[in-house]
Amino acid sequence: MRVNVYIRLKGGVLDPEGETIKNSLQGLHFSEVQSVRAGKVFQLELSEEDPARARQRSEEMCRQLLANPVIEDYQIEIMEPPS
Amino acid sequence: MMRFGVIRFHGSNCDRDCYHVVDRVLQQPVYWIEQNQKDLAGVDVVLIPGGFSYGDYLRAGAIAARTPVMDAVREFAERGGLVLGICNGFQILCEAGLLPGALMVNASLRFACHFAHVRVEAVDTPFTWALSPGAVLRIPIAHHQGNFQPDVTPFQGRVLFRYCDAEGHIVPAANPNGSWEAVAGIANGRGNVVGMMPHPERCSEAVLGATDGVGIFRSLLCWWEEVGGYDV
Amino acid sequence: MTSSVWEAVGLTEAEYRKIGEYLGRDPNALELGIYGLMWSEHCSYKSSKRHLETLPTEGPQVLQGPGENAGVVDIGEDIAVAFRIESHNHPSAIEPVQGAATGVGGILRDIFAMGAQPIALLDSLRFGNLDTPRVRYLFEGVVEGISWYGNCVGVPTVGGEIYFDDAYRDNPLVNVMCLGLVEKDRLVLGKAAGTGNSVLLVGAPTGRDGIHGASLLASREFLEEPEDMRPAVQVGDPFREKLLIEASLELLQGDAVIGINDLGAAGLASACSETATRGGSGMSLDLDQVPRREEGMTPYEVMLSESQERMLVIVEAGREAEVYRVFEKWGLDAVQIGEVTDDGALSVYHQGQEVARIPVTSLTEGAPVYDRPMGEPLMVRETVSEDVLPPPDYNEALLTLVGDPNLCSRRWVYEQYDHMVGINTVVYPGSDAAVLRVKGTQKGIAAVTDGNGLLCHVDPYRGAARVVAESYRNLSATGALPLAITNCLNFGNPERPEIMATFSDVIRGMGDACRALNTPVTGGNVSFYNETQRRSVYPTPVVGMIGVLDDVNKYGKTGFTTLDNPVVLLGDLGTHLGASQYLRVTQNQIVGPVSEPNYELERRMGTVCREGIRRGWIASTHDISDGGLGVALAESAALSSEQLGANIALPNDPRPDVSLFSEAGTAILVEVFSADIEEFLERARAMGCPAQPIGQVIPAELLISHKDFGLLVNLPISKIRQSWEEGLQ
Repeated sequence: MRVNVYIRLKGGVLDPEGETIKNSLQGLHFSEVQSVRAGKVFQLELSEEDPARARQRSEEMCRQLLANPVIEDYQIEIMEPPS
Repeated sequence: MMRFGVIRFHGSNCDRDCYHVVDRVLQQPVYWIEQNQKDLAGVDVVLIPGGFSYGDYLRAGAIAARTPVMDAVREFAERGGLVLGICNGFQILCEAGLLPGALMVNASLRFACHFAHVRVEAVDTPFTWALSPGAVLRIPIAHHQGNFQPDVTPFQGRVLFRYCDAEGHIVPAANPNGSWEAVAGIANGRGNVVGMMPHPERCSEAVLGATDGVGIFRSLLCWWEEVGGYDV
Repeated sequence: MTSSVWEAVGLTEAEYRKIGEYLGRDPNALELGIYGLMWSEHCSYKSSKRHLETLPTEGPQVLQGPGENAGVVDIGEDIAVAFRIESHNHPSAIEPVQGAATGVGGILRDIFAMGAQPIALLDSLRFGNLDTPRVRYLFEGVVEGISWYGNCVGVPTVGGEIYFDDAYRDNPLVNVMCLGLVEKDRLVLGKAAGTGNSVLLVGAPTGRDGIHGASLLASREFLEEPEDMRPAVQVGDPFREKLLIEASLELLQGDAVIGINDLGAAGLASACSETATRGGSGMSLDLDQVPRREEGMTPYEVMLSESQERMLVIVEAGREAEVYRVFEKWGLDAVQIGEVTDDGALSVYHQGQEVARIPVTSLTEGAPVYDRPMGEPLMVRETVSEDVLPPPDYNEALLTLVGDPNLCSRRWVYEQYDHMVGINTVVYPGSDAAVLRVKGTQKGIAAVTDGNGLLCHVDPYRGAARVVAESYRNLSATGALPLAITNCLNFGNPERPEIMATFSDVIRGMGDACRALNTPVTGGNVSFYNETQRRSVYPTPVVGMIGVLDDVNKYGKTGFTTLDNPVVLLGDLGTHLGASQYLRVTQNQIVGPVSEPNYELERRMGTVCREGIRRGWIASTHDISDGGLGVALAESAALSSEQLGANIALPNDPRPDVSLFSEAGTAILVEVFSADIEEFLERARAMGCPAQPIGQVIPAELLISHKDFGLLVNLPISKIRQSWEEGLQ
């Protein structure tokens, strides 16, 4: 099973990278850009067929390693196995 | 007299160091170039200093490469102007497409600040003009992303410096960042645009205990005197 | 359980009543919140003030003593050095990367607030033993945070120290020192003066960072798991800090600025009340003008936010545009948020209403001051037994010592720090102290941070005095004349009488040493409540000392340089193994005694060392401290770029183990050029400093022998280097 994990800074936590990228995009005349929040994506391949268990295990991974819960939130997306 | 311009991006932090060496050690005229400047008239060589332009956010050098001054640098280089990017300057030149390849995170995954030995691989560029082929220079490095990888093979640029041991042997233990072919510095095909990870401006004065870097700057002056400049 | 209004902000009932007296009424919630933070231990120094007042703070070299953003000393030629050390212990325990990074950011702002260009950082770090994943995480995170922030902002990290001990397991110590250069007549102070002058907030917009956060944590014990205190973490942005440094220093080239101050703990509340107190003025603020990063922030959150990379600028009325112009160029906010008043009050407006009105000095000078009860100081009264056996194998003992995490090479750490940016660093990390050149002059500045919790745990008075003496010795060994110190005092809960008594002893020891060595205290920081469930850190005063070299081309550094050079022992070795690393590492013993420093010898030895270096007689130096003479010799060999060692004959003392490993002496190891040895020894004798040739530099080996015991140490340098280099990996 394929799982996508998105890690982002929590709302309210300063995101200097997003801010700097926003300013640069505006400088390149993408003036419609109001805000940018930077993050990371991890694509996991799990030897697990059950989506519920895959989600639960991925959440544990986020809590223990992938995210820094002090400042980051995570979001898990379970991708259907290719048919 | 050779006129130097030092580009100062927001977040550059070796800008004053480069300026100091040109001004006090080489005693050549030197000018600041701001990141929004669109004209490089009046300078013969452009230095893109090290540091963390735009905080290294997104990718090291990515945001600086897309500022107005880099359009001017591109035009300057096309006319044959000399451009030297050091450390973050090298990263910016790669991001701007002025040099082939990219700089990835060090194989150790850590920032590395220490002296390294590099071997001079070619002396027919203005930047290595006064050096001897195969000479070993002791120059500091200080970077997190110095792991050079070519974009296509065969490599389209020219290798100017390779990491080596104190005797000049290219050995894995002397490669501080995992660079392809132990590359420490490269030039474009024409030889007028150079990027290097080591910092020659950090070893150009006796008081700092190391002077191998000054040979690179002196090469520029010798070339300028002997070849008499380029057709701009 | 419902707690009272005062407990909710960390105050006592008596303190709450005192607020009522100042205001002539009960405070509203915003006012109480401001008092709660300003009167916290972290901001008010209410437990330490009485003791700190006993420290020497004056001298002809001191241009600015305690009470400002940083201390300032004169190094001649109209150049001054601003410097200070500060702790970021509690934030680093919660989120090590950001905690350490924002610690670096905060101390940098203190330095450039004086108008000084920051030129160097040093950090003193303490962690538990590296055998648990949690401690590894804290250690690597703190190093990463310092590396990320310091490297990005472009100020070199040139030195510091790292120590591991179980005493710091739950409470790591992260102390950061910064120094900067300023022309004497361009010094700027953090004061708000001149009624009608404008108050500007510059730098980053304000978010909810640190609300109920670090300052309160640093004023209480850790009772809960640190993970439960998370929402308060501040995130640093070194890129913005770099722009803030450039913009602030550019602005200070002109003369529009009256005063400038960092926004740190307690945010606007603290910066405004401190600057107004120093200027003898009042201040009125319109919170609606404060640029925000988040919506719906309350006045409480705006006043107390600890968002990073912000400064308060007080500028002459009518010249605000000069500030706007500079800050806009650097892409930073600069907004007028208020003005200086003459009514001595901090008045805060929100949506047209006055929401707080507080007498300024009641937040600062008028904060409570306590003579906390003192019991018996904590110390180890047991002393080293006479019949402690010498090591069965000196080779093995020495290799064990040099490979110990507390004595081994710190290269793994300092190579992650850019220690060269700025091209001023002349002596790199690894020697006794860093040396930086001062461009445009012949001068050099030497800087060191030093602490020794173990010594202070065994004997707080003598331990603290020895820490000052060792810093002095570190600077002497580089050829610098020591000028002054800044201190960072890390302790447990001051409400415990035994902790308070220990603190008092440490201050007495530090004060006596600073007086004897003519190195006044120019400021610093106190960090209490470094304890978890009544388990306190060792009493750990950290000293940051700076000195000056008249000719930066003549300096001392560690590492043998020249074959056949004589090796000379300056000063006296200790006569016991009390509180030594040797006892701790090889015998697992932490016992006394700690010897009183020999100040007279320390000063004479310093003079001899400086003169020997200045005249070019001395080839290399190393002070004798942690690990004693044995480790000093091993490090001098390991740091030799020529792979040189030494053949040493120990002094004729019946206990070679004491000679080799005692840390109780006052001594520096020097390598002297063969041609100059007679002149050097004669000069040392004339100045009343013992100087004993003990051997000479040889290739590739370290040999140490004793007249009665024969060859004790016989090690190839490669082996020493291997143990020493791999200790931290």
